[in-house]
Amino acid sequence: MWEYTDKVWDHFYHPRNAGEVENPDGVGEVGSLACGDALKLTFKLDSDKRIAEAKFQTFGCASAIASSSVLTEMIKGMTLEEASKITNKDIADQLGGLPDQKMHCSVMGMEALEAAIKYYRGEDTSSVSTHTHGHVVCTCFGVTDDDIKRVVLENDLTTVEQVTNYCKAGGGCGGCHGEIEDILESVQKDKVHKTPHKAAHHGKLSNIQKIQLIQQTINEQVRPALRAHGGNIELVDVEGDKVIVAFRGMCAQCPSSEFTMQGVVESKLREYVSEDLVVIESKEHSTE
Amino acid sequence: MEPSKPVKPIYLDNNATTRVADEVFEEIRPYFCELYGNPSSMHLFGGQVGAKVKQARERVAALLGCRPGEVIFTGCGTESDNTAIQGTLAAYPNRRKIITTRVEHPAVLAVCRELENRGYTVVELAVDREGQLDLAELDAELDEETALVTIMYANNETGVIFPIEEIARRVSERGSVFHTDAVQAVGKIPINLAESEIDLLSLSGHKLHAPKGVGVLYVRKGTRLTPFMLGGHQEHGRRAGTENVPGIIGLGKACDLAQAAFDVENKQVKALRDRLETNLMIHCQGAMLNGVKDKRLPNTTNISFEFVEGEAILLMLNQFGVCASSGSACTSGSLEPSHVLRAMGVPFTAAHGSIRFSLSRYTTQEEVDLVVEKLPAIINRLRVLSPFVPK
Ligand SMILES: Cc1ncc(COP(=O)(O)O)c(C=O)c1O
Repeated sequence: MWEYTDKVWDHFYHPRNAGEVENPDGVGEVGSLACGDALKLTFKLDSDKRIAEAKFQTFGCASAIASSSVLTEMIKGMTLEEASKITNKDIADQLGGLPDQKMHCSVMGMEALEAAIKYYRGEDTSSVSTHTHGHVVCTCFGVTDDDIKRVVLENDLTTVEQVTNYCKAGGGCGGCHGEIEDILESVQKDKVHKTPHKAAHHGKLSNIQKIQLIQQTINEQVRPALRAHGGNIELVDVEGDKVIVAFRGMCAQCPSSEFTMQGVVESKLREYVSEDLVVIESKEHSTE
Repeated sequence: MEPSKPVKPIYLDNNATTRVADEVFEEIRPYFCELYGNPSSMHLFGGQVGAKVKQARERVAALLGCRPGEVIFTGCGTESDNTAIQGTLAAYPNRRKIITTRVEHPAVLAVCRELENRGYTVVELAVDREGQLDLAELDAELDEETALVTIMYANNETGVIFPIEEIARRVSERGSVFHTDAVQAVGKIPINLAESEIDLLSLSGHKLHAPKGVGVLYVRKGTRLTPFMLGGHQEHGRRAGTENVPGIIGLGKACDLAQAAFDVENKQVKALRDRLETNLMIHCQGAMLNGVKDKRLPNTTNISFEFVEGEAILLMLNQFGVCASSGSACTSGSLEPSHVLRAMGVPFTAAHGSIRFSLSRYTTQEEVDLVVEKLPAIINRLRVLSPFVPK
């Protein structure tokens, strides 16, 4: 059971400003059913260009509903200039804090507000709601490198787990953890707690060490992503620098598997084990 | 917790755990402060405890239709599952393949996936939209490489019962070991191992009104299994460690009670479950049932409420003391909804809003009717809040 503050309970059981503003000046929609939470924020300005009315519709858990509800209270009476300065941290603070794993609910609030303001200003809102800024790092939840950089900077995050808590990136198959670490590193430089095994500066590996490292890399970097799409990979053999693998499930039937998966596996193994490795797909094993 | 007045719990989460039966509690009571001897001791004080453990073993065996010597007491269902899987693989070092399903409890699935990381081939059989297996797929996968097939008796989330006896026959014919996680089935539906090809079966005390922290692994006579816990010679060297005496005695009593209660389970509990399910399906908007309607545990129903989120439903129900559980991402602390519902292909619109109610013989009609009274309004309220409900 989550430990929510009294403020969260209050806003969950008695949400303020639920619904949709009629003839809104601003509309912001973020999230999706697949992701498990979504928020539609609408507002109307008064003659002084201050937010006169704000309403929300939220699909999500108690903290998602509470974050949305408290946000509508916070922005009432603000100019858009003032409202645009609200961060996810402000929303969480206003609720007296949120459990770590629920911080993404406050981020959703901030993103919806941002989208609604952009809508009013006639700017392209797709950039916020559908994450088209930057390139997609987490394919499970469609989170881009720009989204990740932003929560890292604004909340001073240092671990992959925190990034997942704040914007969901890395919370699905886990295949992007390496890339999230790279982003953390580039943003935070020396603050990052990095897991050690990355990159090919292992010095000289014995055969047994090499095989173990190949297996570990496949387990951690490759298989989770394949699993997420109903596929799987099996390490069949290692002969010198030749790594023989078999693909199963969806990957095995996919005619392009040779170009796509083999390339992905090879680049991961070269990155994490040794530059010299070549990946070969075993045909006998993949046809079972 | 919300700082509101405590309400009397309406406990409809019996697949998570059950209340200890009064009769069980009475049976256990003397074994803490009075009869606390070690059953392995060479004095009468311990010996009388040993006799009681023996009786418990016989009671478990009677419920399962097996021999007392085939019953190993463990620390929980999870330990039974781990022991069955790892112990079989250790006993057949030349076989490197395991067959299981995508809908197993993590006590099985996490073990298999870890073994896959260590180089084993793991095949996870798919289920259809109703949560059922295609046995032809199993037949196609069985080969001489296969050390173990592990498939649950009944699913903890949906209650769907697999045709385990038929599966056991097919596996046995092809010469592999068959294990079933029957943690949710034992005590709810009759099982007769005397007429079965099941080699290994796991059960857990706290799912059938015995205390937490005791389980059983049934090991059919003649089945090769390498022990998992090493140490003393308890359980004939098959599971070391001083026995959880009160737990074991409680489980024995609980098995006795379960035997007598099958009728209640199949008539009264089932009738209440059906009453709950039917009414919720009629009165709640966007409700749909997860899992095949027949071939289900009599106590379980899993219903999705489209466009609303499970944690929010549970917390609203909590105001009335109603305890249930959800397959939504939020309740698990992970970001993705239940692996069982996803394996069944339940759309995301519904998976996040799934609620499992699991009843017991202590459930009353008043309790069920209260849920039927309160839930439709809760769903409506959350639907009004939801941006997805079509206007
Ligand atoms: C199907 C199934 N298997 C195994 C377990 C684990 O049992 P235990 O809690 O005794 O470890 C459970 C309990 O949640 C279960 O439902």
